[in-house]
Amino acid sequence: MAVLELRPAGLYCPAGDFYIDPWGPVDRAVLTHAHADHARRGHARYLAQRDALGVLLARLGPVSIDAVGYGEARTIGGARVSLHPAGHVLGSSQVRVEVDGETWVVTGDYKLDPDPTCIAFEPVRADVLITESTFGLPIYRWSPPDRLFAEIDEWWRGNAAQGRPSVVYAYAFGKAQRILAGVDATIGPIICHGAVEVLNRCYREAGVALPATLAPTGPARAADRAAGAGALVVAPPSAQSTPWLRRFPDASDAFASGWMQLRGARRRRSVDRGFVMSDHADWPGLLRAIEASGATRVYATHGYAASLARYLTDRGLDARTFETREFDAQYSGEQEEPALPGDGGAAVDAGGGAEAGGPPDA
Amino acid sequence: MREFAALYRALDSTTSTRARRTALAAYFSKAPPADAAWAVYFLCGGKPRQAVPIKLLRAIAAERAQVPDWLFEESYQAVGDLAETIALLLPPAIAGGSTVPLHEWVEQRLLRLRGTPAEAVAPLLNGWWDELDAHERFVWNKLITGGFRVGVSRQIVVQGLAEATGLPTQVLAERLTGDWKPDAAAWQRLVDPAEGAVPPGRPYPFFLAHPLAGPVEALGERSRWAAEWKWDGIRAQVVRRSGDTYVWSRGEELVTPRFPEVAAAAARLPDGCVLDGELVAWREGRVAPFALLQQRIGRTKLTAAVLGRAPVAFIAYDLLEYGGTDLRSEPFAGRRARLERVVAALGDPVVSVSPLVDAVSWQDLAAMRLEARARRVAGLMLKRVDSAYGIGRTRSGPAGDWWKWKIDPLSIDAVLVYAQRGHGRRASLYTDYTFALWHEGALVPFAKAYSGLTDAEIAKVDACIRQNTVEKFGPVRSVTPKLVCEIGFEGIAQSPRHKSGIAVRFPRILRLRDDKRIEDADTLEQLRTLAGALS
Repeated sequence: MAVLELRPAGLYCPAGDFYIDPWGPVDRAVLTHAHADHARRGHARYLAQRDALGVLLARLGPVSIDAVGYGEARTIGGARVSLHPAGHVLGSSQVRVEVDGETWVVTGDYKLDPDPTCIAFEPVRADVLITESTFGLPIYRWSPPDRLFAEIDEWWRGNAAQGRPSVVYAYAFGKAQRILAGVDATIGPIICHGAVEVLNRCYREAGVALPATLAPTGPARAADRAAGAGALVVAPPSAQSTPWLRRFPDASDAFASGWMQLRGARRRRSVDRGFVMSDHADWPGLLRAIEASGATRVYATHGYAASLARYLTDRGLDARTFETREFDAQYSGEQEEPALPGDGGAAVDAGGGAEAGGPPDA
Repeated sequence: MREFAALYRALDSTTSTRARRTALAAYFSKAPPADAAWAVYFLCGGKPRQAVPIKLLRAIAAERAQVPDWLFEESYQAVGDLAETIALLLPPAIAGGSTVPLHEWVEQRLLRLRGTPAEAVAPLLNGWWDELDAHERFVWNKLITGGFRVGVSRQIVVQGLAEATGLPTQVLAERLTGDWKPDAAAWQRLVDPAEGAVPPGRPYPFFLAHPLAGPVEALGERSRWAAEWKWDGIRAQVVRRSGDTYVWSRGEELVTPRFPEVAAAAARLPDGCVLDGELVAWREGRVAPFALLQQRIGRTKLTAAVLGRAPVAFIAYDLLEYGGTDLRSEPFAGRRARLERVVAALGDPVVSVSPLVDAVSWQDLAAMRLEARARRVAGLMLKRVDSAYGIGRTRSGPAGDWWKWKIDPLSIDAVLVYAQRGHGRRASLYTDYTFALWHEGALVPFAKAYSGLTDAEIAKVDACIRQNTVEKFGPVRSVTPKLVCEIGFEGIAQSPRHKSGIAVRFPRILRLRDDKRIEDADTLEQLRTLAGALS
């Protein structure tokens, strides 16, 4: 019997009778991270990493969550389960499941690039690895973060010198905080949309250092205009062309996403700038993580799974895809994440953990 | 190369015409003449002959990137542009940018690639890629593949040149036409402040009509308006000055050599005379389908066979200059009366006057408009009898002076059955669709359509396609029939080459029909009936 198998409600462990990031309601859910397409409401019990607790409670309401530290093992039925850093967002984990001496690891979403807002990815040895493959094509190769942030700073500084606001669209959870922690905060004030500010609070409570942020709410006032001059404004993509943004007339705008790697996707977004910034592994990152796991069997899920699996097969691994309609739908970038308590219901964070801009082919 | 790549990036990263003009002006005012000449050449759509066979280029790039052919192909499908795919796949660039000037990249390298033995090409390309940074590689690859398009119209290039040089745009536009040889001497002539400040062949800016949206009766009294057929051809001005003849298309492109029969007829016009009108395909004394005219447009060499197969005529509808006097501020009716005398004196069937459509009432005119399709015209033009000839799409007076009253497209409800990914801005989205109609209980494909949907609609259709894929054949997916769209088109013809037996002209999506089930879509028989009714 396999340690993990795909069931209608999601990835299931028969020995421990639990699911990993299930999409249907189940009795026990082990979560890789708190993005909406992984952490859903309606399960009876949750297991998640301690740092994810604040975000999960904010998003799921008062549910029963067993919060564990990285590397801390739990025995669930016949399975030994532990969580290990995935470097994707705060509290993101790979799930290691060991049954009768056989080890499977589910990476969840992950990246290898350093990120001051979460603990760095740690390779975990596995017999079988289930890896994400959102950017599973060799055209996806990220620049080093310092170069990326130098580019963002230069854009911000240029706009600030002209007294213009710089609006960057980024996912409210994870990407937004990574931008805050990475930019040169001495350039000017930083203003966050309510949907971002809620998560900033969670990050600060978890001990992550972020620069000071302002979060104006309600309709734009004359004073907001003055405050916006030279500011960096961080907002979720769904806030584009909403009344909240009217307080920043004449802003230069940008979109931060891995999909911005392609010229076509950048042009489709019709923003001034596209910053290639992803919390997912790029192609070399995927290959390095797979190699470091030592796994001889690999399943790829999400995005360009078929390409990655074929490439690994050519290199002598037993590689397959988990291709399901649910995964496809998750990554179509169509769904909207429900509004968070505390942001006044004014905005929603589109797509949860999925990166929008150009949905890949599964 | 560094400056030219930076220009490309500046043009590509904005949609603002003003920003593009400024970027062009900044480049042209600093670039050395030989570089500027090549920049003009490429920006105006110039293409040297294929430097490296595409297959060889792909093989060299895949090998350098250490990517198997199938993965190269998958990557290309996701990117939708070969030059960009190669730039993204090559090993990371180490060079900080090339100071070798653009003209050297082109003349010493690009142009010499052609005819180089295949085995010698790889080391050359690899060495040159090593000299460039990531962005320059993309631009260089664009030069190699010849797909250099940056979404800048010739007009914006001309405006950028005008801003850099202080010369009038029309002077620059005319100097740029014809054989533009991209070298330093040509650049000097282009920007020379002295030479031919008022070129003799200069056309007038075209006056353009607005589409009529409201009821035609709102234009007021019928007798205040002249009605003409709206011809399905190429808008053009014929200029006769200082003993020379010039034919200009609406894009301010000098097209005289492509229409020798029109130029020959117009050579007998009196000096100082400018006609505005339409170039149309002309056979057996009447307008022929636009498709015939297209055979002429695409040719660089006009052979006797092409001239015989696709003859062209000029239908004049305005007189802008006569006896060297600019008539544009005179009322339309007066210009038109004089035009009729000028053309009659010419006595050549290749140049005729667009007849007025005499329908007494708006109601009669509306009835005539329904005959447009049978007459092979696109509808009616309505011109206020006392209107001056304006500039561009300006509006003088609350009602406007010139209106185009086009016929509604033919339309049919069809089912989406295949989808293919788009290119460029739409790469990796499913934007190219094949539609089918019912025939004996099955769906038979009859047309492909690309345009017509908004970005939001495309996203919605794209998601639906991904969730309802039946099979994948390379870049094409077959889809469970679910979506009904209203497809508009301009004409129908029998076609043995199509599975449905029918070919439609200009198919496009008019709207998504979410309200219709696939059973409600139309049948092939209905399309055939439509074709029968029109032939």
